[in-house]
Amino acid sequence: MSEVPVPHEAPPPASLLRQAFANRSFLTGFVITALIAAMALASFVWTPFDITHLIVADRMKAPSWQHPFGTDHFGRDILSMIMIGSRNSIAVAVVAVGIGMAVGVPLGCWAAARGGWVDEALMRFNDVVFAFPALLSAVMITAIFGPGAVNAIVAIGIFNVPVFARVARAGALSLWPREYVLAARAAGKGKVLITLEHILPNIASMLLVQGTIQFALGILAEAGLSYLGLGAQPPMPSWGRMLFDAQTRMMVAPYQAIFPGLAIVVTVLGLNLLGDGLRDVLDPRLRRER
Amino acid sequence: MKPFKSVLAAAALALAFSAAAPMSAYAQRTDVVIGMVLEPPHLDPTAGAAAAIKEVGYANIFEGITRIGPDGQVQPGLAESWEISDDGKVYTFKLRTGVEFHDGTPFSADDVKFSIERAMAEDSVNPQKGLYSAVEKVEVVDPATVVVTLKHPQGAFLWNMGWGEAAIVSPASADNNKEHPVGTGPFKFESWAKGSSIKLVKNPDYWGEPVALERAEFRIVPDAAAAIPALLSGDVHAFSNMPAGDALPQIQGDPRFKVVIGSTEGETVLSTNNKKEPFDKLQVRQAIAHALNRDEIIAGASAGLGVPIGSHFAPHHPAYVDLTGTYPYDPNRAKELLAEAGLPDGFSATLKLPPPPYARQGGEIIASQLRQVGINLEIIPLEWADWLEQVFKGKDYDLSIVSHVEPMDIGIYARPDYYFQYQNPEFNAVMEELEVTADEATRNELYGKAQRILAEDAAVGFLFQMPKVGVWDARLEGMWENWPLSVADLTKVHWTE
Amino acid sequence: MIAFLAKRIGIGAITLIVASIVVFAVLEILPGDPALLMLGMNATPEALAAMREQMGLNEPVPVRYLGWIAGLLAGDFGRSFTYSSPVIDLILERVVVSLPLALIALTLSTAIAIPVGIFSAARRGRAGDTVSMGVAQLGVAVPNFWFALLLVYVFAVWLRLLPAGGFPGWGAGVWPGLKALILPAVALALPQAAILARVTRSAMLEVLGEDYIRTARAKGMPRRYVLWRHALRNAMIPVLTIMGLQFSFLLAGTIIIENVFYLPGLGRLVFQAITQRDLIVVEGVVMLLVASVVVVNLIVDILYAVVDPRLRIRA
Repeated sequence: MSEVPVPHEAPPPASLLRQAFANRSFLTGFVITALIAAMALASFVWTPFDITHLIVADRMKAPSWQHPFGTDHFGRDILSMIMIGSRNSIAVAVVAVGIGMAVGVPLGCWAAARGGWVDEALMRFNDVVFAFPALLSAVMITAIFGPGAVNAIVAIGIFNVPVFARVARAGALSLWPREYVLAARAAGKGKVLITLEHILPNIASMLLVQGTIQFALGILAEAGLSYLGLGAQPPMPSWGRMLFDAQTRMMVAPYQAIFPGLAIVVTVLGLNLLGDGLRDVLDPRLRRER
Repeated sequence: MKPFKSVLAAAALALAFSAAAPMSAYAQRTDVVIGMVLEPPHLDPTAGAAAAIKEVGYANIFEGITRIGPDGQVQPGLAESWEISDDGKVYTFKLRTGVEFHDGTPFSADDVKFSIERAMAEDSVNPQKGLYSAVEKVEVVDPATVVVTLKHPQGAFLWNMGWGEAAIVSPASADNNKEHPVGTGPFKFESWAKGSSIKLVKNPDYWGEPVALERAEFRIVPDAAAAIPALLSGDVHAFSNMPAGDALPQIQGDPRFKVVIGSTEGETVLSTNNKKEPFDKLQVRQAIAHALNRDEIIAGASAGLGVPIGSHFAPHHPAYVDLTGTYPYDPNRAKELLAEAGLPDGFSATLKLPPPPYARQGGEIIASQLRQVGINLEIIPLEWADWLEQVFKGKDYDLSIVSHVEPMDIGIYARPDYYFQYQNPEFNAVMEELEVTADEATRNELYGKAQRILAEDAAVGFLFQMPKVGVWDARLEGMWENWPLSVADLTKVHWTE
Repeated sequence: MIAFLAKRIGIGAITLIVASIVVFAVLEILPGDPALLMLGMNATPEALAAMREQMGLNEPVPVRYLGWIAGLLAGDFGRSFTYSSPVIDLILERVVVSLPLALIALTLSTAIAIPVGIFSAARRGRAGDTVSMGVAQLGVAVPNFWFALLLVYVFAVWLRLLPAGGFPGWGAGVWPGLKALILPAVALALPQAAILARVTRSAMLEVLGEDYIRTARAKGMPRRYVLWRHALRNAMIPVLTIMGLQFSFLLAGTIIIENVFYLPGLGRLVFQAITQRDLIVVEGVVMLLVASVVVVNLIVDILYAVVDPRLRIRA
């Protein structure tokens, strides 16, 4: 989106936290996200069944007390698959957002501080990246390097770069004319130091909000790539691939498609609510609008 | 040589029947929609390996001098008869007369010579150029007689000439067959909507028995998820091989459809790189063979329909020997063998898988089974292009899974540069003997011997014979029940009510 | 206005040139031999060499790039390796599926989202707003391919009202064609509508908070008149931006939906071409899609200038 919230000086953290938990959207999102994260962590030590051992005789069992979400075409417990699959979704999205921030934020700050051709070059770079259909490029990237979780991360990460560059640039541009920045300039501080001391802390909240949104988009993108067979590879379960496997069995075992899909929806919903809540709390101007 | 009287008699009978049929049933359907999984890249059988090219064109659009029937036996094609010299090296083909290509060009012995020489030429792109390896020269005697001289006797020559890749094409249209195929068959190419369907129409000037269908359409239906609704809704009347997967029981229970599980020439194997450590050790390969539970693999990778195999040979062939008991499923024995090979703690390897579901699903099951005996496989999925490049051409792999669909291809184990990297002089000797043996009984004996050698050597992991899941409207008749060739021959297909 | 247009067009041209280099370079390093793929496992080495020569793969890279660009400029997209027909024909055959699909989806999404967004903004904080924004929040979180699977299950498998996939071709008639596009269009449109409704609502709220709206209201103009006449017009800018992005997304990003429904559209063409190493087709389609994004962005920019004359100066 073109509108970028105007940054402002951050209020003290303690009151922020209190405000955040008073926000319904943030609270709901936080609880959902925490539950998903807990599920991912729990899967490292315990899952209801061992999914590395296929019991073909138990294939395609409908949901029961033993297998609450049923079993897949190899007789694996779908609940256990979803639990372990959450690790993959979270890891891919987190690292992809990390790549986007690590590359995009410095680029955006540099463009804002330096202006001129650097700024122009960055904007043109953004144009080119945005003009490429993201999913198509991800498909090409995975075709070159082979499918796999790591390449899915790279493919999604690349498209996060211009997003963060844009947010950082817009935020930084609006801060440079501020009085305290001008004062720092006058005091002889260099651009790098000013960016580190004054700009970054003040655009951090915007980046956090954007990060949450990109995180949710990353989960969706990973699911899409996995659905096309380009994400994490077996035996590592992934939600998108579970849906792909379920598709051909939709008529005989619809439950195989229901639960992984719900896992994606709940996770993305939680993250979006969290992001909305964060925006409300961190950006008073927008909050006033609601 | 053997006359083909019985075949001709049958053809005459069928001719009489089909000529009489339209009178009795006035509202007979004369169109059919056949579902197929993969779209052909183009329609020239002499320039592409894709099975889909032959599925559309074989016997429908293109014909060879011989053809292979639904029972896998050689029948006359554009050659109505032939004679073979006593030394087995000179074949004299008597060709049919009055045959025209779809563009009106008359067919003659020159076209046969042209087609064979084109396929053998320096710049030939024929995917089965090897079929012609024994041919020395082709001579035209008169417009209806052609003589092919071989370098050495070849038992399978007539059969080779019945393959889809050995289609007879006309010099006038050969270069355009990819887009607009022109053959001598009973159907003419009409149109191709890329990505969705290919349409054929009856060739009114066909030389042989006229076909019952006026129109035929091949519709691309790539997956079970789309195939089943397409069949249930009547959009598609038949699948030569339906990707029904686990939903097949639903169709079997429906009286509107006929389900025929037939055989194919697809031996599905766990390809093993015999030159790479530790697979160069016989004990390791035996251990893998003992660790494979075929029943589970067949249940998970072919919906329980595949037929287990113990060597590289199709179970429906008379020369087949059941060797599935050579190394029965026995994980403990597998562990012992690994220990004997100096690998008591097992080892790690890669399993590179091409895209078809049987490979991807079979791969997951096999990885799980081998893990039970201490062999840890890393699964690497590949697109066909990468698979051909890395595994098939580069031989850069440990294990892979693929179905070898060429008929009677046990000879691949004798090829020195084949990707299995398997070498056994004893086996090669059997193959050389086969190449020059024409007697049926001796040939079958030799085939049996070859199968045993491969099974005992555990050259690869022998899994199952690919099933052909034939599904069609119960009122439709004449579809092939088995697949000696992966084709959809529509020449005998007709509606019964 | 002319300077503004010139600059926008210039940017578009640069984008296209850079994109062409990137696409070509990326595909050069794609592993896999198209000739081997075409001829399969029994091909002899001579046959492979002959095939490569036929495909024109033996020329050096820069020569092939320049040849390709020269062809593009002359309207010649080259010949497909696998289909051996002109790329432009393949693209045109697919565009007649993808373009109607994208347009139907965009229309559907706009028709749902804008009224819902305005309705929500007008009733901020009330039950109607809470419910519709709750649904929108859910809609944003639903992966469209999963939604598509559910639609297939309900409407094709269970109710048997609509086809589960495939495309009969427009030759079969308009209605059978449209019928095949309904489910894919709905699957594409709903998640997009959810996003658009949220954007519309927040843009409306922002505008409704502006001073001139308050002034208009204070002057006694009817609420509905202010909402439609003043607020909507100004709220259109972010809405247009999103719609522009969505159109590009719908045209190109249908790879997944076309895969779910087996529609012979551009997305499937390019996906298939990538796996079959039909490089020339991939290059052609990608360039076409990039060009369409550039053009749509240009149109959106022009529309901005129409909606908000102030932006013309800022060019």
